[in-house]
Amino acid sequence: MSFELETAAHPQNLKRVAIEPVSRVEGHGKVTLLLDDDNKVHQVRLHIVEFRGFERFIQGRPYWEVPVMVQRLCGICPVSHHLAASKALDMVIGATLTPTAEKLRRLMHYGQILQSHALHFFHLASPDLLFGFDADVAKRNIVGVIGAAPEVAKKGVLLRKYGQEIIRMTAGKRVHGTGSVPGGVNKALSIAERDLLLKDIYQMVAWSREAVGIIKGLFEKNLASYNEFGRFRAHSLSLVRADGAMDLYHGGLRARSADGKPLFDHFDYGRYWEVITEDVKPWSYMKFPFLNSLGPAEGWYRVGPLARMTNCDFIPTPLADKERIEFLAYDGGRPAGATLGYHWARMIEMLHAAENIKDLLHDDDILGTDLMSQGERQERGVGVIEAPRGTLIHHYRVNEDDLVIRANLIVSTTHNNQAMNEAIRQVARQHLDGREVTEALLNHIEVAIRCFDPCLSCATHALGRMPLEVTLEDAEGRVLDRKFKDGRGVRSAT
Amino acid sequence: MKAPLLVFGWGNPSRGDDALGPLLVERIEALRLPDVECLTDFQLQVEHALDLHGRRRILFVDASVDAAAPFSASRIDPAKDASFTTHAMTPQAVLQVYRDLEDEDPPPTWLLAIRGESFELGQAPSAAAQGNLAAAVAWTRHWLSGRQPP
Repeated sequence: MSFELETAAHPQNLKRVAIEPVSRVEGHGKVTLLLDDDNKVHQVRLHIVEFRGFERFIQGRPYWEVPVMVQRLCGICPVSHHLAASKALDMVIGATLTPTAEKLRRLMHYGQILQSHALHFFHLASPDLLFGFDADVAKRNIVGVIGAAPEVAKKGVLLRKYGQEIIRMTAGKRVHGTGSVPGGVNKALSIAERDLLLKDIYQMVAWSREAVGIIKGLFEKNLASYNEFGRFRAHSLSLVRADGAMDLYHGGLRARSADGKPLFDHFDYGRYWEVITEDVKPWSYMKFPFLNSLGPAEGWYRVGPLARMTNCDFIPTPLADKERIEFLAYDGGRPAGATLGYHWARMIEMLHAAENIKDLLHDDDILGTDLMSQGERQERGVGVIEAPRGTLIHHYRVNEDDLVIRANLIVSTTHNNQAMNEAIRQVARQHLDGREVTEALLNHIEVAIRCFDPCLSCATHALGRMPLEVTLEDAEGRVLDRKFKDGRGVRSAT
Repeated sequence: MKAPLLVFGWGNPSRGDDALGPLLVERIEALRLPDVECLTDFQLQVEHALDLHGRRRILFVDASVDAAAPFSASRIDPAKDASFTTHAMTPQAVLQVYRDLEDEDPPPTWLLAIRGESFELGQAPSAAAQGNLAAAVAWTRHWLSGRQPP
């Protein structure tokens, strides 16, 4: 748990390589490497241009607008923000959800998990996994996957589409939905909608099982390299249900140490600040959360599919739990501590999401019409959800005029900030140290970051604003070489 | 039965001029034209290839920092480009996904790129962008009518 390679001893004597922004990662991310003349790595940092205007965007607005407006913080996981905000504001209005409202929200959430995990595995990560981290960049993309494995790619598209249909039916619209509101939901699911979703759910479960098989097969084929790639030890944090089960919608906070020992369990997330603090570092806009009991140097942790898989006692759906048991036991448990293990865990979660959707669609409560509740008004509300990328915290204070006067959001990618930095430092040690810097080697850094599926929601995606820039500078900051990549391909920018 | 004409705009409505794509779609949708379907999203992704099936013509609309004001419009073709950058794809790459998934060429497709300047969270679209939008809406109405746009 050291910060080796975070800060070089004599940076003035080193040359600098910047990868900006990281491709296939949502938003603005930049990696800088400081190398000496022998290409030995002295410093590695992932800089994230986190937009800290979230809070300002929300403050001063009526609380009932918040679940809708927070969707605009992020084009990738709007549903997670929609639900986390709704949960926080349930607390503000003192609501205990009706069974129908909670199950419809769960259906929406598991639809989001399904479509997000499908996109990440089949289209963002699989080019690396199917073609290798050194493969030609022209092949290593979504279109390359369709060419090489059309059935795999097509299933990925259809899994994603199915998840989005669930979102459309529960949120009311494909995007900018309004389904979840403080105190419940405002849209019931019709029998026709339920039946439409039921028609395809068994296929989705089957394809999700196949996806677990694909990543398992890739691990079997590349076991030693996958186990070691970007490997580091970390504590883990996630929600778990009262009985210790994986629950991506609701539960108490559980943290475990790197060797699996409990640090705290079933902690009420309404007081999350008693166990988590956000540290700042002068070289990054993004904060570095840590567990209070261990302090900033020792208390950083990881969140997301891998953390959830190792943190829970069981998964409450049978097919996914069988896969979880196999994952944790495989090769003495090594993949469960590997950075690439995120992919395996993510596919088990996708299977869990599909099974959960199936169960919810067979539950008569899902067709109920008792959608709203209300209780005693509170000044403060905290909502926590396990978003596709990890734990997401929304925290609001609302005044007597029903206006939000304080907002604090800790998003999954912020929780994983130190873990991602650690992963790329390990990769730099393993693959770059003392070697010539090539595009393929730099992709190894990106592969490590992509394992976390970071979502840096500050980006806009207007045409012409999606470049990847790699810059090599000497110790005086003079540009020695620069390559530029956007939707039209790679070209020299100097 | 899908409408033969698709107008698909993308962008974040709360990020200043990034809203230009959805705003154009909103204006066109308000016209309630027959045979026209209007769709929006935050950004383009693989599944949008499925929205293209069965169309006669397609118009993609986005804000652009590259286009000359007020807008540029051009025919586009499928392309195996490098737009796997971030979670967002280029319209050309989406057309390529269509071609590979469906094993046929996509319907004729145009890209309308409306000049934008400012993309901050919580901002309204700039005055300049609003002017560009008005010109782009006029062009789109010609395009939808099948007449040669001016």
